[in-house]
Amino acid sequence: MAEAVAAGTWVEIHRVVLEAGQRAPQVPDDTAQVPLEMRVKGFLVAPGAPGDTVEIRTPAARRLRGTLVAVNPAYAHGFGAPIAELQAIGGEVRARIAARKAER
Amino acid sequence: MSVGTSYAEVMARRGAIVRESIGLDYARYATGALAFDYERLLADTGYGLDEVRGIQAKTAVGNTPLVELENVTALARSAAPPGRGARIFVKDEAANPSGSFKDRRASLSIHEARRRGFAGVVAATSGNYGAAVASQAAKAGLGCIVVQEAFDSRGVAQPETAEKTRACEAYGAEVIRLSVGPELFYVFLRVLEETGWFNASLYTPYSILGIETLGVELVEQVRERTGRLPDVVIATHAGGGNVTGTARGLRAAGACETRLVAASVDLAGLHMASDRDFNRKSFTTGHTGFSLPFTTWPDRADVPRNAARALRYMDRFVTVTQGEVFWATQVLAELEGMERGPAGNTSLAAAFALARELPEDGIVVVQETEYTGAGKHPIPQLELARRMGVEVRRGDPHESKPGQSIVIPERPEQLEAPDVDLEAVRRSYLRHAAESLPAAALLTDADRAFLIEETRASADMVEEVLDATHPTTG
Repeated sequence: MAEAVAAGTWVEIHRVVLEAGQRAPQVPDDTAQVPLEMRVKGFLVAPGAPGDTVEIRTPAARRLRGTLVAVNPAYAHGFGAPIAELQAIGGEVRARIAARKAER
Repeated sequence: MSVGTSYAEVMARRGAIVRESIGLDYARYATGALAFDYERLLADTGYGLDEVRGIQAKTAVGNTPLVELENVTALARSAAPPGRGARIFVKDEAANPSGSFKDRRASLSIHEARRRGFAGVVAATSGNYGAAVASQAAKAGLGCIVVQEAFDSRGVAQPETAEKTRACEAYGAEVIRLSVGPELFYVFLRVLEETGWFNASLYTPYSILGIETLGVELVEQVRERTGRLPDVVIATHAGGGNVTGTARGLRAAGACETRLVAASVDLAGLHMASDRDFNRKSFTTGHTGFSLPFTTWPDRADVPRNAARALRYMDRFVTVTQGEVFWATQVLAELEGMERGPAGNTSLAAAFALARELPEDGIVVVQETEYTGAGKHPIPQLELARRMGVEVRRGDPHESKPGQSIVIPERPEQLEAPDVDLEAVRRSYLRHAAESLPAAALLTDADRAFLIEETRASADMVEEVLDATHPTTG
């Protein structure tokens, strides 16, 4: 069983807003086949463990309920490895400008 | 009395929820079956240009630098016929407090929300506008909730939106992250209803009046620097606000001959509500997935009457490819020492092509940049594209196919900005207008005049499309 997290901890909750069968009539098939999901972060109101239904207080002071899915979740977006197709561009364009100056 | 919260029940209340949350009675402005008094809708806000400038100055919004891109201009000229290749300038909107021109749009909305005593603001946006609203709300001491379309059904987040989540949370906002789908609007309505907060929509009069200052500053700065007016101003085009507000500002500053070019990233073939396509696009805004539907029918927005009405203002509408924008982003960094976000460089990519059409003493202004950082950058976008099976290579960018390949140009000659056929766009608008009419509605002369103003179409074209689409209108 997952260990309880202390009240006041910054967590993320998850909830299904609309099940697959309840989606808006205009959505394409691939979207209609999956639920509309929601994730929101806030401070845990009472101790709870990952997987539990918990309540959070959001930064906008709203109380929301959902399944606790992450504790102090990291911002995982970043840059990643350089893209070779972009790295060549600087040299190419500087050479063109230099060649144009030399012509004049 | 409890009210229903199902999708259908909430959507049925949308008119009342939106009216409450903006405090504008749009019905007052109707002048016909279709027509409404657009100028009065804007004027009734009571905000003049000088007042808007004063409000924005208080939060360090606006007065961004105008930078002449001399090296970019030299590169564009190297690909132009002799004597061609206009001077290219950029308005460095990344210098705004939250890093984009969207601060201009948010500033007046938040000012108005506070003036009217709302305790907080809510915005439906996955991009820069969320950070702008959160930043302005923080300064004004208002609560803020941002509703984003953020991840697909596998839980994979769009890198640009992941960065906006972080930025909004950094400004103290609650961020509701949703999976893919237009029902975001349903969640947004529920939040408005529950909180009673202000709807900081991108499409209210406040949002549009806030951008006019950009056009005015741009004219003043070009005039001061060069002694003349710009020939062409290029605006990245999505929902229409940027084009509308900038063009109105140009006119207010007396640049009535300056041509306004709307530029969008071509995402033809990708479905904007598709869970599968969501992470196969490398741009979250400034693309044709928004700009075509919003140009051909602006009133699909989250307000009854969209104050962004781009077709009234654009002189041309061009597209660029994703690969061309990534190339332009790299060039701006390496030739001008300005590392900026890719989405804001959509109009810069178009500038390469459009500058070639003008003489060397011509002036082209790219009217925005945006900040860059983790997620909001060509590297994570191209990395995600590859992970999703999209081919990334060098070559002729016009061989690319959105969702399948991104082709980064090899030479500046390969950059083109093909025109969207504005006649076809006008006809599409008119068909949408006719289809929006109840079957028994009769069009008045005011409606016909309105449609001509909206589309800049001829009276004959208006009649022809109306007759074909809605035979009873005559």
